[in-house]
Amino acid sequence: MSVAEPKVEKILELDQVKKHFTMGRGQVVQAVDNISFHVYRGETLGLVGESGCGKSTVGRTIIRLYEATDGEIKFKGQSTRDLKGEKLKQFNREMQMIFQDPYASLNPRMTVGDIIAEGLDIHKMAKGQERREKVIDLLKTVGLNEEHADRFPHEFSGGQRQRIGIARALAVDPDFIIADEPISALDVSIQAQVVNLMKKLQREKGLTYLFIAHDLSMVKYISDRIGVMYLGNLVELAESQELYDNPLHPYTEALLSAVPIPDPDSKESGERIILKGDVPSPIDPPSGCRFRTRCPKAMDVCAQEAPKWREVRPLHWVSCHLYQEESLKKEEENKAE
Amino acid sequence: MSEENLLEVRDLHVSFHTYNGEVQSVRGVDFQVKKGETLAIVGESGCGKSVTSQSIMGLIPQPPGKIRSGEILFEGRDLTRFSEKQMEKVRGKEIAMIFQDPMTSLNPTMTVGRQITEGLEKHQRLGKAEARQKAVEMLRLVGIPSPESRMNQYPHHFSGGMRQRAMIAIALACAPKLLIADEPTTALDVTIQAQILNRMNDLKKQLDTSIILITHDLGVVAETADRVAVMYAGKVVETGTVEEIFNRPRHPYTWGLMGSVPRLDLSSRETLRPIPGTPPDLLQPPQGCPFAGRCQYAMKICKTQMPETTEISGFHRTACWLEHPMSPAVTPPNEWVGGGSQ
Repeated sequence: MSVAEPKVEKILELDQVKKHFTMGRGQVVQAVDNISFHVYRGETLGLVGESGCGKSTVGRTIIRLYEATDGEIKFKGQSTRDLKGEKLKQFNREMQMIFQDPYASLNPRMTVGDIIAEGLDIHKMAKGQERREKVIDLLKTVGLNEEHADRFPHEFSGGQRQRIGIARALAVDPDFIIADEPISALDVSIQAQVVNLMKKLQREKGLTYLFIAHDLSMVKYISDRIGVMYLGNLVELAESQELYDNPLHPYTEALLSAVPIPDPDSKESGERIILKGDVPSPIDPPSGCRFRTRCPKAMDVCAQEAPKWREVRPLHWVSCHLYQEESLKKEEENKAE
Repeated sequence: MSEENLLEVRDLHVSFHTYNGEVQSVRGVDFQVKKGETLAIVGESGCGKSVTSQSIMGLIPQPPGKIRSGEILFEGRDLTRFSEKQMEKVRGKEIAMIFQDPMTSLNPTMTVGRQITEGLEKHQRLGKAEARQKAVEMLRLVGIPSPESRMNQYPHHFSGGMRQRAMIAIALACAPKLLIADEPTTALDVTIQAQILNRMNDLKKQLDTSIILITHDLGVVAETADRVAVMYAGKVVETGTVEEIFNRPRHPYTWGLMGSVPRLDLSSRETLRPIPGTPPDLLQPPQGCPFAGRCQYAMKICKTQMPETTEISGFHRTACWLEHPMSPAVTPPNEWVGGGSQ
C-alpha cells in the first residue's frame, strides 16, 4: 500500500497519550508521555526502541490492558475510553494481540484447539462442528495441521507456539493486530518463518499491524512506517526506507549505526556513533528533551524546554530542537548572553 | 595473530542423561583457536555451542553430563583429563568466561569490587591493597565511570550494560589467554551492545587475548570475528574465515542462516528465505547429515551417511555431500549471499 495517499483511512489515532504508573511514596513512572501518531488501515507500523522505552506500554494501552492516564485513543474514529457493552465487545474482537513469550502466553492446561477457539466461544461465533472446522482451518492457515488441535502447548516448539498465538489472534477475524516482540524469543531461522507468515496473512486478510520490537533490521523488513521511542517519548516517525536513509533525530542516528551489519566487507564503511552512559530513569526523566543527557548534539535549549512533535518533511515527524527554527534562534540568544 | 594454536578441540562428544534417554548435545566437534584471534561459534539454540564452551571450562555437571570422548588441548595439555583441582588453576586465570545473563551470573551478595579482587588474590597472589588498585584499574578500563565508588556497590546498583562490563572486568582481571564469551550482548540493547563490542575489540588488541565468541547474531559475528565455525545439531558443519563464510559460504545451512536475516543496509522488499522445519531431536539424532531433513538440496545419501569434511582452502572446511565430485552442481541462491555491499 502507499502511505503517501492521504485518503487512506486512519484506523487508529493517538493524541497526546500518557500512561503513568504510581509507585507509592509519591513516585510516578512516566512510562509513556505525550505520544501522538496514527496508523493507516492495511499498513504495518513498527515501533522500536530499547528496553524500558515504553513501546510495550503503548501497545498495552491501545488495546486497553492499561487505562491511559491522559490523552485520547481513537479506533475507527471512536474514542476507546468509554466503550461499554456491545461496543466494547466488538472492540475486543476487532483488535487482537500476539505476545512475546510463546511459553507464557498459552494456557498449559488447555488443548491447542480450545486455546484457539476461546475467542470464538466468548464472542459466540461458532459451535460444535463449525467450531471444530474453524479451528482446523486456522491451524492450516498458520502452517500447523489438524491433529495438533488435541495436543497441549508443551508439546510444541517455540516457533510452533507462536503460530498457535497467531491462530488464536486470527480466530475472531480482527482488523488490527498488536504484535509485541512476536519473534524475539525465537531462533533466527524460525523468526523468518513467522515474519513471512505474518506478511502473508496481512496480504490475504487485509490486516493492520502494530509491530513492536527492538530488532531494527526485522522491523525495517516488515514495516511500512517506523516510529522510534526513547524513554517514554516518540522521537521520530517516518516511512521505513526514509527513516533509514535520512534519520533526523540524533537518537535514531545512533540506534541505526549501532546495529551490526552481517557483512564483513561493510565493517569499516559506517562511522559508528557510540552513545555514552545509560538510559536515565523514567521516574525522574531529564528536563526538556529526555535524550539530551546522552545526545552528542545537545544544546542549552534542550535542557530548557521539550521539543515539539512536528512534521518537518511530508510524512516525516521528529521531535528535536535541531529542526525547530525558534529553538535554534533561542540557542543563538543563549550563546550571545 | 600467530599461527600457533592456543586451543584445539578434537572430536569432542558430550551427552546428557535425561529421563527420556541420552541427549547427544555435541557429536564430534573439531576446531582450533589461534593466539590473538576471535573465533565465533554460530548456531541456533540446542546446536551445542554453549555445551562446547562449558566443556572447555570444565563446567559440565557430571552427572548428568558426560564428555564421552575427544580431547580439549589447551597449550598442548588435555583439559578433559584434568582433575577439579587442576581445573581451578586454569579457570579464571588462563581461561575466563563471560556469560549471557549479567543479572544472574554475578554474585548478588558480594560487592562488585570484591568479585574482581577475589580472582586477583587467588590466582595472582596480590595483596588486598594491590588487588583493589588493580580492580579499580580494570573497572576504568571497561568504561565504568567513577570506579572507586563503584567498587563498593553491589550488582543490583548497576544497570544491565554496566553489569556486563563488570563481568568483563572480572574475566579479564587475571589477563587470561583465552576468553570465552557466551552470547555476551544478547541480553543488552543495541546501543549498549555497540559499547560492549567496541570495548571487547579494544581490549583484545591491548591484551592480545584469544576470544571464543558464541552467538546467534550474524551481524555481531561479521563485525568482531576473524574466523567462524557454524554449528548445527551438535556438529560443526562449516568453518572458515569471516570473509569466506559471509562471501563464499558452501553449506546449505549457512545459506539458510544468511537468508533468514534481514539486512538493515539493503533497500527493503527483499524477501527472507527462512529454513523450513525445525532442528532434529538430539535424543535420536538422524543417521546421516543432521540438516538433510530441512535441506532443499538433500540427496538420498544425505539421509543415510554423514558427509566427510571437505577442505576448500586453508581454513575453509565444510561437511556436505554437495562437495562430492559425483554430486550435481548446485548454485546457491546468491542474491543474498555476500551480495550486499558491492
